Amino acid sequence: MAAPKPDRIVARLLRLPPFLWLGAFFLLPFLVTLKISLSEPATAIPPYLPILDWQGGLDGWSSFLEALNFTNYLTLARDDLYQAAVIGSLSYAGTATLVLALIGTPIAYALARAPERCQPLLVALVVVPFWTSFLIRIYAWIAILKQEGLLNLALLKLGVISQPLEILNTDAAVMIGLVYAYLPFMVLPLYAVMNRLDPSLREAAADLGASPTRVFWTVTLPLSLPGIAAGAGLCFIPMVGEFVIPDLLGGSETLMLGRVLWSEFFSNRDWPLAAAVAVVLLVIVIGPVMLFRDSLRAGGEGA
Amino acid sequence: MNGVTRTALWLGLGFLYAPILVLVAYSFNASALVTVWGGFSARWYTALFSDAPLIAAAWVSLRVAVLASLIATILGTLAALAMERHGRFRGRTLFTGLVYGPMVMPEVMIGLSLLLTFIGIGLDRGVATIVISHATFCTGFVAVVVSARLRGLDRSLEEAAADLGAGPLRVLGTVTLPLLAPAIVAGALLAFTLSLDDLVIASFVSGPGATTLPMRLYSQVRLGVNPEINAASTLLVGLVSVAVLAASILTAKRGG
Repeated sequence: MAAPKPDRIVARLLRLPPFLWLGAFFLLPFLVTLKISLSEPATAIPPYLPILDWQGGLDGWSSFLEALNFTNYLTLARDDLYQAAVIGSLSYAGTATLVLALIGTPIAYALARAPERCQPLLVALVVVPFWTSFLIRIYAWIAILKQEGLLNLALLKLGVISQPLEILNTDAAVMIGLVYAYLPFMVLPLYAVMNRLDPSLREAAADLGASPTRVFWTVTLPLSLPGIAAGAGLCFIPMVGEFVIPDLLGGSETLMLGRVLWSEFFSNRDWPLAAAVAVVLLVIVIGPVMLFRDSLRAGGEGA
Repeated sequence: MNGVTRTALWLGLGFLYAPILVLVAYSFNASALVTVWGGFSARWYTALFSDAPLIAAAWVSLRVAVLASLIATILGTLAALAMERHGRFRGRTLFTGLVYGPMVMPEVMIGLSLLLTFIGIGLDRGVATIVISHATFCTGFVAVVVSARLRGLDRSLEEAAADLGAGPLRVLGTVTLPLLAPAIVAGALLAFTLSLDDLVIASFVSGPGATTLPMRLYSQVRLGVNPEINAASTLLVGLVSVAVLAASILTAKRGG
């Protein structure tokens, strides 16, 4: 066999560092989490059992494997709290994705139809909030939504309501937060698709007598579905595991997996159970991730 | 349709910016109460600069962001070159999964699994563990930006250099990388902001003495609305807007 060509060597050198780094800090952590989710909590450091004895050879492995158990998963399956958290995560993320598709489509369409020279500026205006601190943008809503906040103040002044509404720490506040934070993730991939549509298709439909509304519904929208799919994937997947929004805007009864994992870990210090919640979260998102793999990458480029 | 779409656009932009503008306005409010306008004042900014824990946290964040974005930029650029220019190799699916996976995985999961690993291998938690974690989740974002540019590059330039006798490393150094420079800078900026902004992953993997700015802000925010936080937020928003503007001008000039 001939010696490898220099090109091959370069290719190997290029992929080795990212491969090693991500193997050590992305792949390995998953395996560690999976293992710890099968452990029992213990009052020790680290607070879980069993610990694999690397030096123990085959005996060490077999006693380690015997001690693994599925108690944490049984706890998750039996306890209403965790079932409610799974359902809560899915329904918040699902509803918010739907709302985002409904309000993101007209915004993206307006961007794509705006005069050519204004488009870079308008797109930049949508992007800037995406770069601005997530935490700060969510925090800003507290001052607006709270009982003596600006929204209630304005509605009272206008005479729309006579009593301040309770919005902060409710489901409504969580929905507002989710839709607000993820709007650019829906608009940008959708705009990218709409902007590339061939204008002659629209013109042909118009020439054949279709009204602008009809052109939108029968030509533009069906051709933009890949953009909506990309946006939905980009929004739904991170929203399922969202922590900051339910924590700051939701009430104590707002149950989402990200928040449950956080409190199992930080408040209850039950690491194995937190690890089991993480595995459940992974099982939930892995399907959509695989489904949207290509459109996620395309959407990431738009952002 | 035109009137409707224009209204949608302005409503959408209004929705995106109203909360930020409220925050900025109230950071100049002399009154400590959110709903009472007590006149214009810069007192919260003065208070901000004498808030030692906040400033310390800002420095930690800055150090973390510089180091993490540096590592992520190198790893992400290498990954993009490997995938776009030497795309056929065994384990390609695993490789792309490793690069893009951290972008879509929920943050709580990445944070928890990294922490468990750090403890497993006996690494002390602190600035170093935050840097490692941030570099890991930012690599994919850099790879996305750089790959997009690589796909748009005219390959004939690289082929011409190779035909003229340049070795693969020389082609990379004298042709490919200079052409990629704007994308690499854009990717680095993206990684820097993502690192600066992260609360969830840093909370899991940090240790005593390594409190980042978002962690500090979060502990304050949980106590309620606070005009000093408004001032800190305004400064951050201003900084980011300037950076984004600079980046877009930079890439526009080079023909994006």
